[in-house]
Amino acid sequence: MEGELSGVLNRRCVEAAVMTGLALNCHINKKSLFDRKHYFYSDLPAGYQITQQRLPIAANGHLTYSVYMGKKRSQMTTKTVRIKQIQLEQDSGKSLHDDLRSQTLIDLNRAGVGLLEVVLEPDLCCGEEAAIAVRELQMILQALGTSQANMAEGQLRVDANVSVHHPGEPLGVRTEVKNLNSLRFLAKAIDYEIQRQITELENGGEILNETRSFDYKLGCTVSMRDKEGKQDYRFMPEPNLPPLVLYDATSLPADADSQQVVNIDQLRDMLPELPSATRERLVQQYGILPEHSFTLLNEVGLLEFFQSVIKETRAEPKRVINWVLNTLLYYLKQQNLAVSESPVTPAALAELLDLLDSKAISSSAAKQVFEELWKGEGKTAAQIVTEQQLELMQDREALEQLCQAAIDGHPQVVMDVKNRNPKAINKLIGLVRRTSLSRADPTLIKEILERKLSL
Amino acid sequence: MLGRTLREVSAALKQGQVTPTELCKKCLSIIKKTKYLNAYITVSEEVALKQAEESEKRHKQGQPLGDLDGIPVAVKDNFSTSGIETTCASNMLKGYIPPYNATVVQKLLDQGALLMGKTNLDEFAMGSGSTDGVFGPVKNPWSYSKQYRERQRHDEHGDSHWLITGGSSGGSAAAVAAYTCFAALGSDTGGSTRNPAAHCGLVGFKPSYGLVSRHGLIPLVNSMDVPGIFTRCVDDTAVVLGVLAGHDPKDSTTVQDPIKLPMILGEMDVSRLCIGIPKEYLVPELSSEIRSLWSQAADLFESEGAKVIEVSLPHTCYSIVCYHVLCTSEVASNMARFDGLQYGHRSGIDVSTEAMYAATRQEGFSDVVRGRILSGNFFLLKENYENYFVKAQKVRRLIVRDFMNAFDSGVDVLLTPTTLSEAVPYLEFIKEDNRTRSAQDDIFTQAVNMAGLPAVSVPVALSNQGLPIGLQFIGRAFCDQQLLTVAKWFEKQVQFPTIQLQDLMDDGSLVLENGKLTSVSLT
Repeated sequence: MEGELSGVLNRRCVEAAVMTGLALNCHINKKSLFDRKHYFYSDLPAGYQITQQRLPIAANGHLTYSVYMGKKRSQMTTKTVRIKQIQLEQDSGKSLHDDLRSQTLIDLNRAGVGLLEVVLEPDLCCGEEAAIAVRELQMILQALGTSQANMAEGQLRVDANVSVHHPGEPLGVRTEVKNLNSLRFLAKAIDYEIQRQITELENGGEILNETRSFDYKLGCTVSMRDKEGKQDYRFMPEPNLPPLVLYDATSLPADADSQQVVNIDQLRDMLPELPSATRERLVQQYGILPEHSFTLLNEVGLLEFFQSVIKETRAEPKRVINWVLNTLLYYLKQQNLAVSESPVTPAALAELLDLLDSKAISSSAAKQVFEELWKGEGKTAAQIVTEQQLELMQDREALEQLCQAAIDGHPQVVMDVKNRNPKAINKLIGLVRRTSLSRADPTLIKEILERKLSL
Repeated sequence: MLGRTLREVSAALKQGQVTPTELCKKCLSIIKKTKYLNAYITVSEEVALKQAEESEKRHKQGQPLGDLDGIPVAVKDNFSTSGIETTCASNMLKGYIPPYNATVVQKLLDQGALLMGKTNLDEFAMGSGSTDGVFGPVKNPWSYSKQYRERQRHDEHGDSHWLITGGSSGGSAAAVAAYTCFAALGSDTGGSTRNPAAHCGLVGFKPSYGLVSRHGLIPLVNSMDVPGIFTRCVDDTAVVLGVLAGHDPKDSTTVQDPIKLPMILGEMDVSRLCIGIPKEYLVPELSSEIRSLWSQAADLFESEGAKVIEVSLPHTCYSIVCYHVLCTSEVASNMARFDGLQYGHRSGIDVSTEAMYAATRQEGFSDVVRGRILSGNFFLLKENYENYFVKAQKVRRLIVRDFMNAFDSGVDVLLTPTTLSEAVPYLEFIKEDNRTRSAQDDIFTQAVNMAGLPAVSVPVALSNQGLPIGLQFIGRAFCDQQLLTVAKWFEKQVQFPTIQLQDLMDDGSLVLENGKLTSVSLT
């Protein structure tokens, strides 16, 4: 509005910037400056954006992420991308282009809101790597409470600068790719752009230093042809915001009002557990594999689900993780559901695992129960077991009798077993199972048969 | 009542000798009578009368808010006033009605002041004559004073030789000088309050940068703008400053309460004072009359026991150029928001956004404004930034240091002229363009803005033509109280005469005895 001075600095923004800088191993600049970046655009009501071009709040950090490769994705490599800088900025408004009516609608609700821009160095080599690195950044931001970092909701906006070059040669001309509202599209757009540039260069063409938009319907990048050539943003120091001064334990004045100053060391002490530390801790705490830990964090809500189940079940973590990753997650992925949309609650899964653990049911019965639970009809695991008569036979004597009956009824198979035919024992076990209506534990059946046949 | 000081009127209101409504109505009638001065862009009659009514209630209940309760004031039209059109005398903002009050306006209203209206100015406060706004120029009330007219050879009833008020806050100056209100807000970026104050025989005060909030003051040069105060005596300025000063969370450039409020100016021991006279300010263009008065003022201090020494501000000659580079650069930036999209004037051309912007800005801004924007953008281009903007900032620091050195050598206050000459006739003023005039007229005042120091222009005497001449005192940063104390003492010594405005005298509004205001009729 007219007469409003550009931005009074929001303390929470500064704290968020410092914490993010610390989490990304950056050097925090005790003094940073604000500038105006001038350009005319309908979603920029002031005609300039306040940013930190000369001296940002943090610089020279790095982000470490893990890439899982190999068939079973069990080969893990650690990679690093350097953080060039983190700067505080103002957001612009949002433009919605209505090509049909040749008009543009401007939504100014978010104009002036504080933004944090994290600038990465060009160390990433492909779409997948970029997606993993950004995912790690997302998790860090969420752990810090800096941002919910949801790309679809615009809480985390990512622009990709892509260039190609032959090994040993300097970096090529880069294009900036915008309009990426998911990690999947980020990866896709980058890989498309890399290919486009390679093809273009191999055909003798050249790459223009331009901005391109990702068209997610067509799966390609499209030039956003700007009329201006090179923009001169006429940077000027922001006269209404004095230099931002941060303190640490050594430089803090004795009479400083803690409400007025931001203390880097104090914020460092307040840093929560970051994802990399969390993953380590989970491995130690539950005895699970690093790749399990990775998946637990990578899927939104999965860790919480896992931990809820652990709390309510007697089953061992190793068994829980198996069911969470191989069964639950599998089902979720099949139907493209988020963890929060799972029809099977942690409590339900915990109950199921207890039944399994106490050997009340067999593994295969458990799978059946799970599938029933997945239908989300409100029945508990115990109810399903009763309904479908899936309880394991507890009567040992009765089982012995069934085994004996099977032995007696199939002399040919017994002969094969005694002749050390490896498949024969399974056939016999299968027969017993059928007569037991699958209510016997196959391991127990095998044990009884072997004893009876004196193997 | 009109000739009294603010505190006297406030006391009279409290004692019931006069009511806020009576005061308000009187001022409104004078505004109507002096309409030809073109001091006001908007007269907020209904608002003022309502405020007067409420003030009256408070006074009747014995609960006035303070010294400003029931006092008519005016505000320059580059301060946002909620519900009242704020134009900056530009087509760009014609019809613009802000949804909020500038902090300084709010503070005045919170103290019960009556808002008479929004005063005229040079477009977007760019100019030194108050002649370049879209609502026409402001006329200096002294053009119609007995003191001036009786010394002119022109036809007394002709109007073609009226004088400018100076600028850019000429409307506020004229409003106070013509007795339409007791105090007015102006703005001061390079002298825009002090210059018209000198030409209109008023006290024009520029506070230290950071003392008074700029929130709601449409910015010209963020690092130099301050709200300014016009009054008829120094003590009144102190009353107003006491209300306006203080940290504002909405303005990050205001400091955390460095001075004691309320501001009461006590007696001063002149013999303990050291006055500095900057030698570089003695320029050939300075009128001999002003030079003489300046010298007499220095002698006056000396005769009362003060130490008066010559000081040097060696970078003075670079000041105006440096000011222009920094000023136009910030202007270019601050004017970028006027694109017609959300408020203000929007051109009918809608072929494309760019075309609409260009046409809107062409139509909405005067040549003066556009000229400054273009210059500013030139200085901010990547290839020019170092050579112009950065260099000017460096020179600015040297200029600041000049002042610091002068004060550090024991000087309490600097004494300089405010203007090169008395007010000139409009027809003469417009012979040169805005830029030339600004460069000339800001010469004694703009360095102060670059250094962020407090300064005040005090009316001293009438020229041979019968026109006011003012002198400027410059103080240390945040030593506004000391500065005003010196100014108050000086004011008492010089006894500047009251304006003898024909219109007001004819109908008995102002009654003068020996050139001094004695009584005023409120009918």
